[in-house]
Amino acid sequence: MLTFKQYVRAQSLDEACDLCQKRSNLVLGGMLWLKMEDRAVNTVIDLSDLGLGTIEPVEGGWRIGAMATLRDLELHPGLAALTGGAMAESVRHIVGVQFRNLATVGGSLYGRFGFSDVLTLFLALGAVVHLHKGGDVPLEEYVTRPYERDILTHVFLPDQPGRTAYLAQRNISTDFPVLTCAVALRPEGVRCAIGARPMKASLLTDEAGLLSGGVTPESAAAFAEFAAGRMTFGSNLRASAEYRREICKVLVRRALLACKEDV
Amino acid sequence: MAELKTVGRPARKKDAMNLLLGKPAFVSDVTPADCLVVKVLRSPHAHALIRSIDTALAMKVPGMAAVYTYKDVPQNRYTNAGQTYPEPSPHDRLILDQRVRFVGDAVAILAGETEQAVNKALKLVKVDYEVLTPVLDPHTAKDNPVLVHPEDDWEALCPVGADNKRNLVASETTADGDVEAVLADCDLVIDHVWHTKPCQQAMMETFRTYTEIDPFGRLHVVSSTQIVFHVRRILAIALGIPKSKIHVEKPRIGGGFGAKQTSVSEIYPAFVTWKTGRAARMVYTRQECQTAGSPRHEMEVRVRLGANQDGKIRALDVYTLSNSGAYSEHGPTTVGLSGHKSIPLYTGGLEAFRFAYDVVYTNVQAAGAYRGYGATQGLFAVESAVNELALKLDMDPVALREKNMVREGMTMPAYYNEVANACALDRCLARCRELFDWDARYPVRDMGNGKVRAAGVAMAMQGSGISGVDVGSATLKLSDDGFYNLSIGAADMGTGCDTILAQMVAECMDCDLDNVAVSGADSDTSPYDSGSYASSTTYVTGKAVEQACEKLKAQLCALAAEALGCQPEELEFTGRAVRRLDGSAEISLADLATRSMCFNTTAVQATATHSSPVSPPPYMVGMAEIELDKETGSVTVLDYKAVVDCGTPINPNLARVQTEGGIVQGIGMALFEDVHYTPEGKILEDSLMQYKIPTRLDMGHLQVEFEASYEPTGPFGAKSIGEIVINTPAPAIAHAVARASGVWVRELPITPEKVLMGMLAQRRD
Amino acid sequence: MELQLTLNGRPVRASIEPDTLLIDFVRAHGCPSVKRGCETSNCGLCTVLLDGKPVLSCSVLAARAAGHSVQTLEGLQAEAEEFVGFIADQGAEQCGFCNPGYVMNTIALLRENPDPSDDEIRAYLAGNLCRCSGYEGQLRGIRAFLNAKKAKEASTNG
Repeated sequence: MLTFKQYVRAQSLDEACDLCQKRSNLVLGGMLWLKMEDRAVNTVIDLSDLGLGTIEPVEGGWRIGAMATLRDLELHPGLAALTGGAMAESVRHIVGVQFRNLATVGGSLYGRFGFSDVLTLFLALGAVVHLHKGGDVPLEEYVTRPYERDILTHVFLPDQPGRTAYLAQRNISTDFPVLTCAVALRPEGVRCAIGARPMKASLLTDEAGLLSGGVTPESAAAFAEFAAGRMTFGSNLRASAEYRREICKVLVRRALLACKEDV
Repeated sequence: MAELKTVGRPARKKDAMNLLLGKPAFVSDVTPADCLVVKVLRSPHAHALIRSIDTALAMKVPGMAAVYTYKDVPQNRYTNAGQTYPEPSPHDRLILDQRVRFVGDAVAILAGETEQAVNKALKLVKVDYEVLTPVLDPHTAKDNPVLVHPEDDWEALCPVGADNKRNLVASETTADGDVEAVLADCDLVIDHVWHTKPCQQAMMETFRTYTEIDPFGRLHVVSSTQIVFHVRRILAIALGIPKSKIHVEKPRIGGGFGAKQTSVSEIYPAFVTWKTGRAARMVYTRQECQTAGSPRHEMEVRVRLGANQDGKIRALDVYTLSNSGAYSEHGPTTVGLSGHKSIPLYTGGLEAFRFAYDVVYTNVQAAGAYRGYGATQGLFAVESAVNELALKLDMDPVALREKNMVREGMTMPAYYNEVANACALDRCLARCRELFDWDARYPVRDMGNGKVRAAGVAMAMQGSGISGVDVGSATLKLSDDGFYNLSIGAADMGTGCDTILAQMVAECMDCDLDNVAVSGADSDTSPYDSGSYASSTTYVTGKAVEQACEKLKAQLCALAAEALGCQPEELEFTGRAVRRLDGSAEISLADLATRSMCFNTTAVQATATHSSPVSPPPYMVGMAEIELDKETGSVTVLDYKAVVDCGTPINPNLARVQTEGGIVQGIGMALFEDVHYTPEGKILEDSLMQYKIPTRLDMGHLQVEFEASYEPTGPFGAKSIGEIVINTPAPAIAHAVARASGVWVRELPITPEKVLMGMLAQRRD
Repeated sequence: MELQLTLNGRPVRASIEPDTLLIDFVRAHGCPSVKRGCETSNCGLCTVLLDGKPVLSCSVLAARAAGHSVQTLEGLQAEAEEFVGFIADQGAEQCGFCNPGYVMNTIALLRENPDPSDDEIRAYLAGNLCRCSGYEGQLRGIRAFLNAKKAKEASTNG
């Protein structure tokens, strides 16, 4: 269980950022994962008062506050339109409504969890995270970075033409996924993110030009094979690396074809 | 028989509204919070000896009241199994022992003023362990040079084949006929091993107990338990104090399913209170529940089933290896059901059977009682073998069962030669086939997109109480205005036995259900009852209720005879009154109640105690439809239909919900609930995050019906319902999966990976 | 630290440890209906409404609820009584330990969506585990309530 001595509801981002420089202090997201850590810290920093809970249209896309909840993502009509329903699909399996009312976008992305549905989809969507000190960082770069002492304030989702599909394999509903797969078909090519391998999501593009002739059952299968060959997989309680590799082929192919069907 | 007014009706549970509205009802709600918080320091090793243990630092934490180690406890070995004395489970544990036997075994008991203080102190107890080689593989446990219980004061009270110098908790072979000869003569033999995991009951309320010293200096225990009387005895033996010094009661119980038929949490606060004189409470965390609880016995069941080409099943040879874990709790008894509650289903044409088992000690969490109690494991194996036979013979598995199943009036050699006096199994199968539309849905159907649908079937039986052992009692008294108090020692754990036993009173006494007040399970005030387990309450305690009612009626007639100036034989009880047979006079129940409280010497309180020499099986048929994603191996249960013969359903609503709840637990066992150990013997599924029980999205649609039979030895013809209901999903779903995928998954749970990798392996072959 | 919030419509002031969880706070303040069934945010037993939204009180700091409104089943008895009788009529309450969390989330569901389909009910309540009932009776109860409500509305409108 997480224990601490002090709770601070930051009144400015600068205050929050200053506080989080100390190793013994922690920024709270939804606190769902943090509270399970057997850890004693000095101060926890709550960003609830900083107006970071909004989802708003901005030039070229959507700006999502770090404290927006997964339930907010699930119900947002603008994000539904942006993703063709993939946004809700990516979060609706996560534990339950009461959980998703607490879990935050910022927490999900900052955590860069190996099981994250949100990270997988946002990676495919070309998200850019905004750090209070560090400025804008493309998510695909952010996932590879070590945990920084900065405040993730917003994430930007570009509104780009094309289609999106999200698929995940779970052994049982509401569980952690065994594999996640998000595909965004863009005019400039495909962005395919695969997560829960069981490591944090990675992005793949069509370097080999397998889809250059368009998405067909054959080209989708070829790209899926390529993806399964390119990704590394691991084993955990839920599945082996071999199984993940097998279903990676299936999910990638199905997601590509789902994007096509939408057109 | 006259038409029933209350029995057989879907009455609301008497506590339903208060539970739904969240009123205080459970241990943590109804006992004072101002008491010592008790926690247990648990072993990180599967097998170790404590070289030294230093509690000084822990005791320095402000608010700490006590830290106890193995040096502080009485040296009386006992068992936590809630069973009738002398328990078949060997006495093999101390409250705290110098030897720890699984990851999670108790090392020290800590008590403090606050949870924070105790949590802090837990980290400050310094233990030096001599780590020993653990016995982790049940296959090599028997006669392993490493002994889980080398101690000389280990004691088996019953001849169950136990031997601590061989890591044996129990061992036996029973047989009828020459099974090897019949098998050799059969056209074909199905021979496989089926493996089930130590599934957790996962009741929503974890183990918890409150203890205090009452005004008489006695130990007062308020616990979430199915077995108040056994807890009294277990605590008395463990603490080495007279049983007269202990009073055990239970409030509402947040689910049990057998978990609370073992005294898991009681001893720790009880020991603290007895030593300190202070009130204490222990609430298990979910992690403790998952790792130091009392789960189902992991079993491997080898079945050799011999049949002829025409589908006649002639021989069954069943061998079960059961993993009892670190302690013996329920080890010698659960295993018996794996054969005795599976083989008799095929009494029809069976010429010979053999049933043998070994139950072994290993250095993992001790198993205990979980709904189905060994029958679940045995039925997964035997029913699967029958389904594999059907496939081999290309015969409809329903037709195959019709040919071989036990039918009413048959004597069951594999079930202690009991006669199936009430058996509607044939009607259950016929009705389920119709309800499910089996003939249309059994063929595998391609749904496109890589999806196929298929169906599977299984039968089951269980018992109704433990024959010749279980005791049920009821006390009924007439109170003011003519209402009744029913006092029982059976424990309603949410199942509704308080209500259904009251329904029986209302029926017998011809009164409104609201006119019966029930008080349950208090070792001081309730008449003796073995407890609520082994599917005994409706059948055994119910019969006692019926008998108590008859006795009370006789008392009421005697009292009325005094009032009316006649002989009791001239009177009849009418429910609201006692009247003369000639109709010339009567006295109302209210007036009788008033009269009983003034210058009266006739008791208006009757106790009856019942025990049954037989344990009539309920029967059940379950049919599952699944959809398989052939590309991912995912199995989705679409539909589950079941028809149950529980004799007379006393309350059809509660019987239905019992059945539905059992089916969903069975689906969990079949598809999701897994247990893995690290190489060091630590359980990885130690939370509800890792141990996945079904949500309401994982069970498809359920439909349950009843085919009544009439059990002559049961109350109103009733048999049991509580346990049988968990038994059919695993074999029925495994069957459907095999139909859809061609893969027989013989180790539960049936994960998408096992199915897909099995299919890929077949394709390669 | 000092905490001020509204609990079931009444202002509450208390001194708490900063790391007190909301579940422990409300249980200590007269709301024993709120139950703990796990330590991993999986069971839904501890569901309360925070500013009207269902949340897991085991995963919310009491401090975080400062200045907000918290409702437990103790404060929503009348709203619950409208439908829980239908669940009782199915016998689906069973042991009752999961009931308060499940009833609270059903209240939240019905406020958000007064006429949910069976699938919508299942999806919304997916985070409420129950080990006794097998869920089907709970669904039948809610369905019966919705049908009765519709019949009543039809008769008053007609």
